[in-house]
Amino acid sequence: MSHMDGPGIVIVGAGPAGIGAADVLVRAGLRPVLIDEGRRPGGQGYRKSDPTLGLSLGYARAANYKRIHAVFTALETQIDYRPETLVWSVDGRAAYLAERGAVVDAGLSYDRLILATGATDKIAPVPGWTLTGVYTLGGAQVILKDQGCSIGRKVVFYGSSPLLYLAAAQYIEAGAGKVTILDTTPFARKAAASLKIARAPSVLCNGVALLAGLKARGVTIVSGVSGLRIDGEDGRVAGVSFQAGRRPMRLDCDAVAIGHGLRAETQLAELAGAELAYDATFDQWLPRTDADGRAADGLYLAGDGARIGGAAAAELAGRVAAMACLADLGRSIDKAELIRLRTRRDAYHASQEGLAQAFAWPRHAFADLPDETVLCRCENVTAGAVRAVARSLEGVSDINRVKALTRCGMGRCQARMCGLAAVEVAAAARQEAAEALTYYRPQPPVKPIFIPEPALSEV
Amino acid sequence: MEHGTDKMGTSPGQLHRLCRRRTPDVTFSFDGVAMHAQEGDSLLCAITTLASHLRVHEFDGRPRAGFCGMGVCQDCWVWIEGGHRVRACTTQVREGLRVTTRGPLLPGMGAETSA
Ligand SMILES: Cc1cc2nc3c(=O)[nH]c(=O)nc-3n(C[C@H](O)[C@H](O)[C@H](O)COP(=O)(O)OP(=O)(O)OC[C@H]3O[C@@H](n4cnc5c(N)ncnc54)[C@H](O)[C@@H]3O)c2cc1C
Ligand code: FES
Repeated sequence: MSHMDGPGIVIVGAGPAGIGAADVLVRAGLRPVLIDEGRRPGGQGYRKSDPTLGLSLGYARAANYKRIHAVFTALETQIDYRPETLVWSVDGRAAYLAERGAVVDAGLSYDRLILATGATDKIAPVPGWTLTGVYTLGGAQVILKDQGCSIGRKVVFYGSSPLLYLAAAQYIEAGAGKVTILDTTPFARKAAASLKIARAPSVLCNGVALLAGLKARGVTIVSGVSGLRIDGEDGRVAGVSFQAGRRPMRLDCDAVAIGHGLRAETQLAELAGAELAYDATFDQWLPRTDADGRAADGLYLAGDGARIGGAAAAELAGRVAAMACLADLGRSIDKAELIRLRTRRDAYHASQEGLAQAFAWPRHAFADLPDETVLCRCENVTAGAVRAVARSLEGVSDINRVKALTRCGMGRCQARMCGLAAVEVAAAARQEAAEALTYYRPQPPVKPIFIPEPALSEV
Repeated sequence: MEHGTDKMGTSPGQLHRLCRRRTPDVTFSFDGVAMHAQEGDSLLCAITTLASHLRVHEFDGRPRAGFCGMGVCQDCWVWIEGGHRVRACTTQVREGLRVTTRGPLLPGMGAETSA
């Protein structure tokens, strides 16, 4: 491996957290390996739109976005950057890679591992979500930023998340057709959470400006939406029906983007030895770390993959984790700087807790999901099938047992899309709290590896 | 199933181009139908700007057109010439590429094998 001299440090994820960590290590005279599955640096939210599209979207003019990309550009020649490289497993002291789909035979050994794997959409399935024309909220954004396309001409953004408003604004900015926002959280909860959100004043200001901008553009926003179902024709989206308060409503549309915030990408962390625990703020299982991101011997976690916090918190957390790593390697670090970074990171985290209140996970809705609704879109397992098995299990509150008996979450996506919902449905059927259940265990490869031609002919 | 072949706009496609790339056009085929796209397009974009779906689900036979757009959900698997399965959302279109909704039938197996 190409660590040159010095300890071998591998960072997974070239989003704000991974870039922040790499910057700290380079300043300390090290040359870390920075691996990312994606083609371009920046991670999820700060992904660069494809340069051949000539799209100019507001997010890419924001100071923080520009700064992160400037930090990366300054680093690029001083690190071993490996885009289009999937880390499909980690064990002990090696990471296992697939480069542009092709498995690399030897593991990449490391002394220290910093995981900055980020998050993807957190999904609460609704009837009709397997129709064509339904995408994740993040998917709707990626299709815009990478492909210059809208997911439809009349798009409904459904769920509850700041990203719902952000994505809708990006669609309008790019000239997509009609946009409607259906938010499952009542407006009163947003007002109540605003003090907490203001722990990071910029977060509240940006949010208020975003909302004002959408209203000025005449975007319809309905809050407190419940019981949404997506209606289809010939397998395609034709509209949505829902309740607004107690009023039944129907809207024609040809596409729906759904998302309830972010779900941390924790598979590698768990394989590398991190312990997961239920987090009641973000309604999901997150890795345990100390205040600086240490999760196990030689293992550091930062960014949304460790705790949902947004891009600014992710970068700060990446810097903190890298400093912890340096300290553990016996290097001297600037303690005052470490404390300053922690304090700033914690303010963003506190603000994010406010956001989690203002944009709530619809926990109460899972018990009402019709039995015939598909929960697991890979294996086509319904809510009813999960309920029946969950009720029949005696003693054991382990979603992995439900998975073994129903195949829910056993498919290609490894429960990334249905997992949190499956737990809620099973827990409600057992009249337990979701946190009483053991969560899905990850299995390598953490994502399917596509066998390239030479390997195929050997089989 | 109907695959439109027109270049912009008036097709039965799901995705709609809001801007054109500054890249050359490429021609490829989807289930034997010739289609036009632009260099740099993902297969998800190239195909579903013109067609309503990418594949049919193995169990219920219903159409699927991708979901996450970023390599997470695995809903967008298609086959390319040579018998390879790829994710449409993370694979770029190439001039002359032949894409199909179904893979080759291996003896004793269904059309698709799982990962
Ligand atoms: C879809 C989406 C859209 C968003 N849009 C916005 C927005 O417009 N504006 C905004 O301010 N915030 C947005 N956010 C939130 C914000 O982007 C995140 O909070 C921030 O990016 C977190 O940074 P991070 O470094 O922790 O992780 P990320 O930026 O998510 O980066 C993680 C990186 O790790 C890589 N990775 C993960 N697993 C592996 C693996 N096994 N092998 C190799 N690489 C791997 C991923 O490819 C990714 O590039 C968005 C988030 C998402 C998920
Ligand atoms: S659309 Fe989800 S993996 Fe391709």
